[in-house]
Amino acid sequence: MSSEIKKEYAIECKGIRKTFGKVVANDDIDLTVRYGEILALLGENGSGKTTLMNMLSGIYHPDRGTIKIGGREVCINTPKDSIGLGIGMIHQHFKLVEVMSAMDNIVLGTKEKRLKPKVLKEKILQISEQFGLEIDPEKKIYDMSVSEKQTVEILKVLYRGANILILDEPTAVLTPQETKKLFSILKRMREKGNAVIIITHKLNEVMEISDRVTILRKGKSMDTVMTAETDEKKLTELMVGRQVSLSIKRPEVKDRKKMLSIEDLVVSKADGTTGLDHVSFDLYGGEILGVAGIAGSGQKELCESLAGLMKIDSGKVMHNDKDITGMGFEEMTQAGVRMSFVPEDRLGMGLVASMDMVGNMLLRSYRNNKGFFVDRKPARQLAESLIEKLEILTPGVETPVRRLSGGNVQKVLLGREIESNPNVLITAYPVRGLDVNSTYRIFDLLNEQKEKGVAVMFVGEDLDALLELADRILVLCHGKITGIVDARETTKEKLGLMMTGITEEVS
Amino acid sequence: MSEIKGKKEPLLRIVKRAELPGKQAFALRIFSVFLALCAGGVFILLIGYNPFEIYKTIWTGAFRSQMAIQATIKLVIPLVISALGITLAFKMRFWNIGAEGQIIMGGVFASFFALFFTNLPHVLLIVIMLIAGIIGGGIWGLIPAFFKAKYNTNETLFTLMLNYIALNVVVFLRDGPWKDPESSGFPKIARFDKNAQLDKVLGVHCGWIIALILLVVVAVYLSKTKQGYEISVVGESHATASYAGIHVSKVMLRTMFLSGAVCGICGMVQTTGSDMTLTTAVAGGVGFTAIIVAWLAQLNPAGILVVSFLFGVLEKGSSVMQSTFGLSTYASDVLQGVILFFVLGCEFFVRYKFVVRGGAKKE
Repeated sequence: MSSEIKKEYAIECKGIRKTFGKVVANDDIDLTVRYGEILALLGENGSGKTTLMNMLSGIYHPDRGTIKIGGREVCINTPKDSIGLGIGMIHQHFKLVEVMSAMDNIVLGTKEKRLKPKVLKEKILQISEQFGLEIDPEKKIYDMSVSEKQTVEILKVLYRGANILILDEPTAVLTPQETKKLFSILKRMREKGNAVIIITHKLNEVMEISDRVTILRKGKSMDTVMTAETDEKKLTELMVGRQVSLSIKRPEVKDRKKMLSIEDLVVSKADGTTGLDHVSFDLYGGEILGVAGIAGSGQKELCESLAGLMKIDSGKVMHNDKDITGMGFEEMTQAGVRMSFVPEDRLGMGLVASMDMVGNMLLRSYRNNKGFFVDRKPARQLAESLIEKLEILTPGVETPVRRLSGGNVQKVLLGREIESNPNVLITAYPVRGLDVNSTYRIFDLLNEQKEKGVAVMFVGEDLDALLELADRILVLCHGKITGIVDARETTKEKLGLMMTGITEEVS
Repeated sequence: MSEIKGKKEPLLRIVKRAELPGKQAFALRIFSVFLALCAGGVFILLIGYNPFEIYKTIWTGAFRSQMAIQATIKLVIPLVISALGITLAFKMRFWNIGAEGQIIMGGVFASFFALFFTNLPHVLLIVIMLIAGIIGGGIWGLIPAFFKAKYNTNETLFTLMLNYIALNVVVFLRDGPWKDPESSGFPKIARFDKNAQLDKVLGVHCGWIIALILLVVVAVYLSKTKQGYEISVVGESHATASYAGIHVSKVMLRTMFLSGAVCGICGMVQTTGSDMTLTTAVAGGVGFTAIIVAWLAQLNPAGILVVSFLFGVLEKGSSVMQSTFGLSTYASDVLQGVILFFVLGCEFFVRYKFVVRGGAKKE
């Protein structure tokens, strides 16, 4: 680092170490940010990014190492200390009170005397104008879109006078258009002399927004490079530790057979609001149908109603002119649909977290043998063959699955579902939170299934991956289909528009 | 920017431990018992007695004679049975704290036959009473499960409240329809006929055989059967259970009936084997102590036997201590409380540890 700006460090972390039990989450990490700079913190899931930031915001305490803020060594014991030092953290999961207005959320927890609503509103609007934020201070949180909520979170920390901003994966829930808007706000903050740290694992965003990048791998800081002097390939190598080809295969399958046709499906969410609003589409064997949409647009309802786990209010699911609406797995099998489902919540729904692999293999098959007792033998064989086939890293079939890493958990789940020899495979966010290696392994497995003639539905959030992997992409917005497009011909921007409700012709 | 004072690290921090290997966790638990005895010793010293003598009395008191041993075992039996019942529900994460009420209802149902069908052949009567106990306790377990399944009521409150209803059912029967006509106005239920009493085997009523049989049955049921597997899955996550095609409410109803039924057997054993009549003290807190037993044994049937045995020793030994040293009941209750406090408190240290300021740096 050049020496003339050295004293301008906003944050200087040295030799930070944090362990959780046996797991070393952060191992001697050094990190610096200057005022007027955007630093990207890049790393795979589980590389220790969030842990490091949580120490800056006073949620954890480091086992070792020093933190300097504005050149002075500090000890951050509570989130309050952190706010006092001008650090504002915007968490991945918003921490807002749904029933309150934006205004109330912003002042919530501040010590000073309550301002009159009118004055407060002025003050908030003034701050938002400074940074180019758009907000209606009186709007209730529950009426807001995800990006509006994020704006409130940003205002919350700005109101408290933060000049160091930390954003944890801020773009994960945004459409491409919203992301652009966020980035222009962040640039505005940089101009005003604030320090910004953005945590992410998306390379294109790193290249677009940051001045410098610090790369973490397995809890260690690998390197810090100037963004202008690097490229995506180099960054990937630093992040993963070896070369990876970043292209996803999309094999062509000639023979596509209609597997399911969904007609006019209406499903309510658990809270009674509309989940799916008159949804109709076809699912073909030998094809991967991508499903895109802002979080909570009806993806969960779509998956679970097709898998027979949710009540269907009206509409039909047909297979070869047979009505299979509302059937459970067993009835569907009799009707000729061998349904497999990889739910979003792997450990909370797809697997039994505290059980070992054998117990989890049993989940879908324990009824298969006759009698009162469970037969664990075939399940054990299946578990052992999966470990070998999918290279699952585990101390043994008796280890509880919750002790496995995210990638291995997903292999256990997807492996079990594939082994049941499905002809319809529904997967919800199957690569969320996985490292690069496992992600590509999962894509390969899905492609294998597609080539075998299975109808694969892939609900995803990473539009880049969807565009490369899927054959067609179905876009959901507020439970309605706003477009079904050919993945080879559409663009990210078009998908982004459809996700916010601008309808494309249904092809 | 506001003040950046010379803030210090807090003196103590709580840090999560690596999952302790079984041996170390066991050692920690033994150590906690030792600490408990030390703290209990201080208490005994404070009230002016010699802790070593007192502890010796507790241990020898439980085994000093054949009669003492038999009395100890009589205390262990209801604890084992009801802890097994609770384990069934707790495995499903159904917080059944109504064992007390289920024991009482099992006792009430069994007493009905003991009082009014005295003339049946002995073995038949015992079997009928056993089934009656199962049904009585089972119904008392089924009620909260039904409302939980149907209306998602809170099972903890529901089962707790049913305890009091059960207790007052006994009061009603004692003061009213089942009042012993020969008790000259004193409200009590008549002593059961010899025909309606459990037989003795090796000097103790045969409830201990029932307890051991149940122990094996519950252990096998939970670990080897399909229904046991379903209980584990439902206990882990309702979402996973429905995903696997398990009817959550069906499992809930079935398991709670069984949980209540096992506790009901305990009630039957207590009334016909130990008390020979039905009193308001038929459960006498056993249903609550059994929760601690089940929890300390980590819902492991074999562990339940060991823990129940230790509780029995403590209980019997304490009563000997009371009579030998003229201590009040409350003093022994305090002692039991101290021991429990340490043993339960140690579970925290199995999972977490304290780090003193600056201590981490020396690692």
